[in-house]
Amino acid sequence: MAAVQDGGSEPEGEKEPQPELPSDGSSAPAATPASKPEEQQQQQQQTLLAVLQFLKRNKLIESVDALRREAGLADEPDEAPGSEAGGGVGGAAAGSADSADASALLSRVAGAAQSGAASAPCNISFSSIVLFIVLSVGGEDQPDVSVVLSAYSQQGDPSLYQVYYSGLKKFIESVLDCHRAELSQLFYPLFVHMYLELVYNNHESEAKAFFEKFSGDQECYYQDDLRVLSGLTKKEHMKGNETLLDFRTSKFVLRISRDSYQLLKRHLQERQNNQIWNIIQEHLYIDIFDGMPRSKSQIDSMSGSLAGEARREANKAKVFYGLLKEPEIEVPLDDEDEEAENEEGKPKKKKPKKDSMGSKSKKQDPNAPQQNRIPLPELKDSDKLDKIMYMKEATKRIRLGPETLPSICFYTFLNVYQGLTAVDFTDDSSLIAGGFADSTVRVWSVTPKKLRKVKSAADLSLIDKESDDVLERIMDEKTASESKILYGHSGPVYGVSFSPDRNYLLSSSEDGTVRLWSLQTFTCLVAYKGHNYPVWDTQFSPYGYYFVSGGHDRVARLWATDHYQPLRMFAGHLGDITCTRFHPNSNYVATGSADRTIRLWDVLNGHCVRVFTGHKGPIHSLAFSPNGKYLASGSTDGRVLLWDLGHGLMIGELKGHTDTVYALKFSRDGEILASGSMDNTVRLWDAFKAFDDVETDDFTAATGHIHLPDNSQELLLGTYLTKATPVIHLHFTRRNLLLAAGSYNSQ
Amino acid sequence: CSRSTEFPAKMTETREERRFAEVPRESIKLMAESAGVELGDDVAAMLAEDVCYRLREATQNSSQFMRHAKRRKLTVEDFNRALRWSNTETICGYGAQDALPFRPLKEGELFFVEDREVNLVELALATNIPKGCAETMVRVHVSYLDGKGNLEPQGTVPSAVQSLSDDLLKYYQQITRAILGEDPHLMKVALLDLQSNSKIAALLPYFVYVISGVKSVSHDLDQLNRLLHMVKSLVQNPYLYLGSYVRSLVSSVMYCILEPLAASINPLNDHWTLRDYAALLLSHIFWTHGDLVSGLYHQILLSLQKVLSDPVRPLCSHYGAVVGLHALGWKAVERVLYPHLPAYWANLQAVLDDYSVSNAQVKADGHKVYGAILVAVERLLKMKAVSLSASAEGGAAALQGSVGGMMGFRESSPGLSPPPEPLSEPPLGIASHLQAGGAGCQWEEWTPVSLPDMYCELYSFFGDSLAVRFSTGPALGGAPSATPIQSSDTRKEPGSGAANLESTRKMPQLTANMNISPRQDGSPRTEPAPPSLATAPGRLGGAPKRKKGGQSRDIFPKARFPPPQVGPPAFSFLIGGRQMGRRCQGRRFQTSFTPTPSLTSLPPRAYAHKLPVIGRVSKPVRRWTCSHYSLYLPL
Repeated sequence: MAAVQDGGSEPEGEKEPQPELPSDGSSAPAATPASKPEEQQQQQQQTLLAVLQFLKRNKLIESVDALRREAGLADEPDEAPGSEAGGGVGGAAAGSADSADASALLSRVAGAAQSGAASAPCNISFSSIVLFIVLSVGGEDQPDVSVVLSAYSQQGDPSLYQVYYSGLKKFIESVLDCHRAELSQLFYPLFVHMYLELVYNNHESEAKAFFEKFSGDQECYYQDDLRVLSGLTKKEHMKGNETLLDFRTSKFVLRISRDSYQLLKRHLQERQNNQIWNIIQEHLYIDIFDGMPRSKSQIDSMSGSLAGEARREANKAKVFYGLLKEPEIEVPLDDEDEEAENEEGKPKKKKPKKDSMGSKSKKQDPNAPQQNRIPLPELKDSDKLDKIMYMKEATKRIRLGPETLPSICFYTFLNVYQGLTAVDFTDDSSLIAGGFADSTVRVWSVTPKKLRKVKSAADLSLIDKESDDVLERIMDEKTASESKILYGHSGPVYGVSFSPDRNYLLSSSEDGTVRLWSLQTFTCLVAYKGHNYPVWDTQFSPYGYYFVSGGHDRVARLWATDHYQPLRMFAGHLGDITCTRFHPNSNYVATGSADRTIRLWDVLNGHCVRVFTGHKGPIHSLAFSPNGKYLASGSTDGRVLLWDLGHGLMIGELKGHTDTVYALKFSRDGEILASGSMDNTVRLWDAFKAFDDVETDDFTAATGHIHLPDNSQELLLGTYLTKATPVIHLHFTRRNLLLAAGSYNSQ
Repeated sequence: CSRSTEFPAKMTETREERRFAEVPRESIKLMAESAGVELGDDVAAMLAEDVCYRLREATQNSSQFMRHAKRRKLTVEDFNRALRWSNTETICGYGAQDALPFRPLKEGELFFVEDREVNLVELALATNIPKGCAETMVRVHVSYLDGKGNLEPQGTVPSAVQSLSDDLLKYYQQITRAILGEDPHLMKVALLDLQSNSKIAALLPYFVYVISGVKSVSHDLDQLNRLLHMVKSLVQNPYLYLGSYVRSLVSSVMYCILEPLAASINPLNDHWTLRDYAALLLSHIFWTHGDLVSGLYHQILLSLQKVLSDPVRPLCSHYGAVVGLHALGWKAVERVLYPHLPAYWANLQAVLDDYSVSNAQVKADGHKVYGAILVAVERLLKMKAVSLSASAEGGAAALQGSVGGMMGFRESSPGLSPPPEPLSEPPLGIASHLQAGGAGCQWEEWTPVSLPDMYCELYSFFGDSLAVRFSTGPALGGAPSATPIQSSDTRKEPGSGAANLESTRKMPQLTANMNISPRQDGSPRTEPAPPSLATAPGRLGGAPKRKKGGQSRDIFPKARFPPPQVGPPAFSFLIGGRQMGRRCQGRRFQTSFTPTPSLTSLPPRAYAHKLPVIGRVSKPVRRWTCSHYSLYLPL
């Protein structure tokens, strides 16, 4: 657990976010200069608490202790309810010092929320905390959660909430168009927080009325969240509700132009509408920018995530998206025979040619990371051979484009009884693996070459180890078959991934483990236990050795095959991590989440270097372009979004699918993007054009305000229907033949 | 949203709260009672609400298991997983992979999952042990080639065509449109391409399908014609293997030959020509694709015979039967038509003798049939004579081969007789199939009538017409032939050289018979013969003549022909000429008419309008040169 990223997993944000936040006298008990560090601290504390909570949930007591020590948090909050309460009061009064313990800090958050710094609200907050602690004694629930919730304890007249809200609504509807769109962003977070406050303070009927009156106004893409919310009508339900925690543990981020913000501020001050003002201060993070307000479509394209948009500075870090130099391959001597075998004549001529081809990429790409930024495994001879095969195949590759679309082969899984959950192909398309709901992993050979196990140890000892064909001799002919079944998991297998050298297979399952299988012996080698919850996806690094996994616990983990503990943990998502992908240069990992964001993590230091918002549903597929510059993501809303990693911007939106996009893949040259969906179609998109059309000027890059051309129809090159087979995996062979896979669904 | 199935009997959907199912407190109370606990109203209400919330939560959580399993249906298993992960006991007994039907009860808003009773005894003692489920497997198929597949608009193409590749589909559409369309030039181009395109094998079934549409356009002569042309092109395409499709083609052609087409109701429609052309096509199919259709030969003969012997059938059908037989070769005529002739003659005679106005049309039809029969039997006689002499002259000089080849071909060329028919030992062509198909035995059983007898009999029917016919052929048909024939030569040679060789051997005798008066109309048309040819015929005329003279004398005296006198020098001159072919043939029978050339020229004309001779319509011989047909009936 040494690699736990303590709080640093959210390095973004604290640099210059708050100067514009209103520090009008009434709101803060602390002096203006003090408010900034305090705010920072609050945030850090919140993050810290989230991590702690997670750790405890996973019963990682040692880590909890270590973290506490490191963060200077001496005592366990749940053992010190008194100090908590005391801290609440003290914090409000003093607003001091880093040395205070976590609970004190947290309750200071609560305390700070009391606008006007009157003593009465303070008392109320105190009592609510006590109440909560009483409640939590009975359950196994974490008190820090209750502390988090206590932020809602402030009192307002419940009957006035509707008035407040509709007053704001009226105001926003009356402002100029250009501001209206921006200020409308406020509706949803305000609505949620006001509703939660009502619920928290046991105003059940008011909450219901409030919800019914205003839930219809919210953007349609928040429907899922609203559904969760509407079920939540009792204070008792609030603890342990993850969606609620998500709302609370992270501030909802809005981007508003300075003009609009001033307008809002003036209005709220005039009306003395403290209730709303408090919520804005407490639960929202308003990222103010100078310049033109954004249009409705601009805002819509970026919103939709659970916690609002990404903060601008979240995407400022430099990303080395370039590819690594291809390692020089001295063509081994015996390769000549092989080459002569394959292409008669002029094997020697070809060799230098290849070298020259290789050397093109040897020029250091300015955007590429240091070659040894991440230690990569040495190439084995077999890897080199494979690289040579790859280059050979690459010369025969069909150059795709709008005029030359790929042929599509469909691998249909039959008789799976609705149980196919994951598919993967090897890079050379020789093997196909399927993960099934019945906990099995099955591997098929796609080529005539059958799958064979290595002989048993006793038999192996009899083999002449000096013979040339020893690799052939160790295989047991008797075991040759078209497919092999791997038993080991105790829950549905949600992710499978082949190692690049085709010797291993990874599978992640509902049982919380990731398993590494040998494709030589077809046995399980390691079960990586770390996620204690379902692991939704896993993937090998393109260079092997490393792999990433992510699941229900909202933490993505980086592993190395020879370590049974993770090397890195990427924490920050507010929802399940639904899919994980390695960057082609192996230095970054992208994760898609149910919180409708995509994050890019630096493998080296575990930092989150990109946060992409804009999807309106959980993200279920990701694909890096072969040149490493772009990322494509598909979600349950059927849309595919394209991202520029270097600038951290959305650069395209591909609309067409009518159901969850479960598979995305770029062609080998990156000219075509193929997407496969639950709607039984494969669609091909002109990726080249999509990327070409984008001209990223400095202004856009600086502000992050994007203008998306609505050109999905022009980019759509083809729609290909299956009969009744959802497409759950796509793969381009080395020659650019498109392979698709899915299980036939007779219903 | 009410996916939760575990309280089936207790769950009701309340109308006000449309989002979620709610558990009424009465249900909670009932459940508590069944567990032996008495609950107050408040407690029950609280519990009910809490249960609702937990249900919703579990349902929402379970949906993520569904999404990750890449399914659209939430299963009980998903729900159980959600429960398990929230530390709740799972529900046992409802696990099923399939969706469970959720049924409403009639009274009240009650929904439940049907739970059928299972008879364990039956299950245990059952003899039909289930095989278990089929093995999970992966099957691959190419769905879309080059990104193409389902983009093509599907228009009027027959449904099966949709599986064709884009290009072929387009080709198919263009070709069918061109052929069935209005533009004759386009049609020609299309037909020509169809005849030579090497890549349309995949489309054959569709073309055959289109052609089989003859039955639906029997009212439209033009379309029928076009379809027949399509057949011709397909048959001629050297890259196509017709396979079993040839049957379909033959049946379409037969349809055109035999059926009383709707188009023939109007006497203005020249359906005769269509039938002639179809017959020609039939003969061509048999000639070129004999190996495929050998099995059909007898079937076709039978059907032709049936039509011929069916007096109810209209005359145009009879006509078709006759030209069909004619197309199938003189042996078919000898076997089917000749024996049937006496019986048929009575009917025909009756028609022809009826001069009433009302009968005029039928009578005209009758004349058609008459003419067709005449043509058929003429050739029967001719070929019979040839075959006889061939058997007699087994060892005819090989030298004549090349020259004879031309002559043989010429001789059969006037558009009236099929290609040089293999008579004795044919390596290709119909005869071989006949033998292969078992026809051979039947021929042997059938006692052939001797040539003289046959001639006698036929003469008794046709009288002088028979002879006149022989003589008129050249006079009428010869004129337009001058230019095209040349091309025919070049065309012909590569195609059926072997066949020609076959027939050439018989030629000397024939020519010997006719070579009597070369000069009359031969001279104006002759060209200087190539030297080599000039010498060959000389030998022809001289040597073989005498040998066979006996036989021919037997025959032709009946036709009142004096024994032929050969003038070798003149003869050689004539037949050597390239354009002479037609003349030559005619000439052999003109011998008897030499004294009265003026007379002969009239009767044919009289007959010509009376008995329109097949193949003598407006622009006849020009096209035959382009085809390999011996019998060309232009349309």
